[in-house]
This record gives sequence, structure tokens and C-alpha cells, in this order.
Amino acid sequence: MMDGFGPSLAFWVLAAITLVAAGGVMVSRNLLHAVLFLILTFVGVAGFFVLLSADFIAMAQVIIYVGAIAVLVLFAVLLTPRSSRDNSETRWAAPGILLAVCLAAIFLFVVHDTAWRTVDAAPANLSAASLGRALLSTWVVPFEIASVLLTAALVGAIMLTRSPEEEAEDALA
Amino acid sequence: MTPGLEHFLTVGALLFCLGLAISLSKRNAIGVLMGVELMLNAVNLTLIAFSRFTVSPNPIAGHTFVVFILTVAAAEAAVALALAVAVYRNRETVDVDRLNLLRS
Repeated sequence: MMDGFGPSLAFWVLAAITLVAAGGVMVSRNLLHAVLFLILTFVGVAGFFVLLSADFIAMAQVIIYVGAIAVLVLFAVLLTPRSSRDNSETRWAAPGILLAVCLAAIFLFVVHDTAWRTVDAAPANLSAASLGRALLSTWVVPFEIASVLLTAALVGAIMLTRSPEEEAEDALA
Repeated sequence: MTPGLEHFLTVGALLFCLGLAISLSKRNAIGVLMGVELMLNAVNLTLIAFSRFTVSPNPIAGHTFVVFILTVAAAEAAVALALAVAVYRNRETVDVDRLNLLRS
């Protein structure tokens, strides 16, 4: 499944796009450019999902992350004035970056030192149909709880962003 | 060179650490949020890679977990951006260095 020139080329191209775009989020000075790099990272990760034969997850990634979350972040950036669009670091940046580098070293050591028991052929039942069956049989309670969480987040976001004038109008009504 | 589990895990680990560095070092609250989203994406990538490559009686469980992470990430982004807008309205800034009202 992963044999051949095509998947290898796709992997290296996607890895380059994803990591370079994530680095662009880190180094770009304008918050708007950082959001555009973030969208490119999301698209790269969706490509990885296709490569790992997770078609439905790739579609969900494109719709939710690229379609919804990125547009939400873009709106938040565009609705704040131009003066608050700088993407610079705090004075605690150096310890944070140092911590991330140390963590990366630990992760890479663990990943390359462990003898993973892997299979080369893709498992048979990774289709969207079996995902739907699992979500509505084994995982039906977490599925319903997730819908309650989404409703609570929706109502909470609307309540948080109301202006004082709107609240005064509601108090009068 | 065919990509194996280690390659995908390496990309996931690097993406996670980049997200961690971004969320720890950015001054703007929206920048911090973007780092958190990158970290969630890296975790999703790792879970899908494990679900594709490891020997498991129930490989779809990893995909199920990713669906739930996507849901929670969407809820988190909505609430966090609403918080950023509310904070900006009250304090005229989303600079996390200057949001120190709780510091005695």
C-alpha cells in the first residue's frame, strides 16, 4: 500500500509543506500572514490523512479546520484593529522555545528507539461506513455527550460576545 | 524510501513541538490559540498513523477518537475566540503580557 514512488513523494512533499507552514506561523510578524500559514498547515495535515487511508477524517479536517476554524480565526483577526495584528513574542519566548526543543528531542528519541510492531498492508475496515457504525454503537454515549458540548459551546460563545448595549436591551424587554 | 510509522510519528512530534513553542511564546492571544490548534492537529495525525500501522483488533477506534478531538477543537476555538473578542472589548488589548488583572 505504501510501496512505490508515489506515496513516498507525497509523504516528503506533504511533510515539507506542513512543517514549513507551521514554521511560518512561528516567524511571520503579521498575524494575518500567520493565519494563512496556519490554513496551509491544516491542508497539509489533511493530505497526510488521505495518505493514511482515513478519507472521512480528511474530509472532516478540510471542512472543520480549513472551512470553519480558520475562517473563525480570520474573522477574529480582521475584527480587531490593525494595531493589534503584530505576532511578536513575549519576553518568556526563550524558555518556551527551549522547552519545546527539549520535548522534541525526547519525542524523537522515543519514536526512533522503540521497536514498533507494524503492518504494511492497510487494515481492512478503515472505511467511513465502519466509522459510522462504531460511532453509533460502541461510542454512542460519547457521541451524544459531544453534541451536548457543541451546543453548550455555541450558546456560550454567543453569550460571551454580546455587547453591553444588547444586554441592556434584553434586560428592558 | 517508503514512509513508515516512524516517519509519520516524527512529523507529528515536530508539529506538536512547533505548536507548543508558538503557544508558549506568542504575545497575541489569537497567536496562542493558533499554537493550540497546531498541537491538536499533531495529535490527530499521530492517532491516525497509529490506527493505520499498528496491529489492533479494532483499528477504527483511533478514527473515532480523532472525530471527538475534532469536535472538542471546534468548540474550543469558538469559545476561545469569543473570549478574545470579549477581552478586547473590555481591555482594548489581547496582549497576554498585559492581561495581569489577577496578579496581586
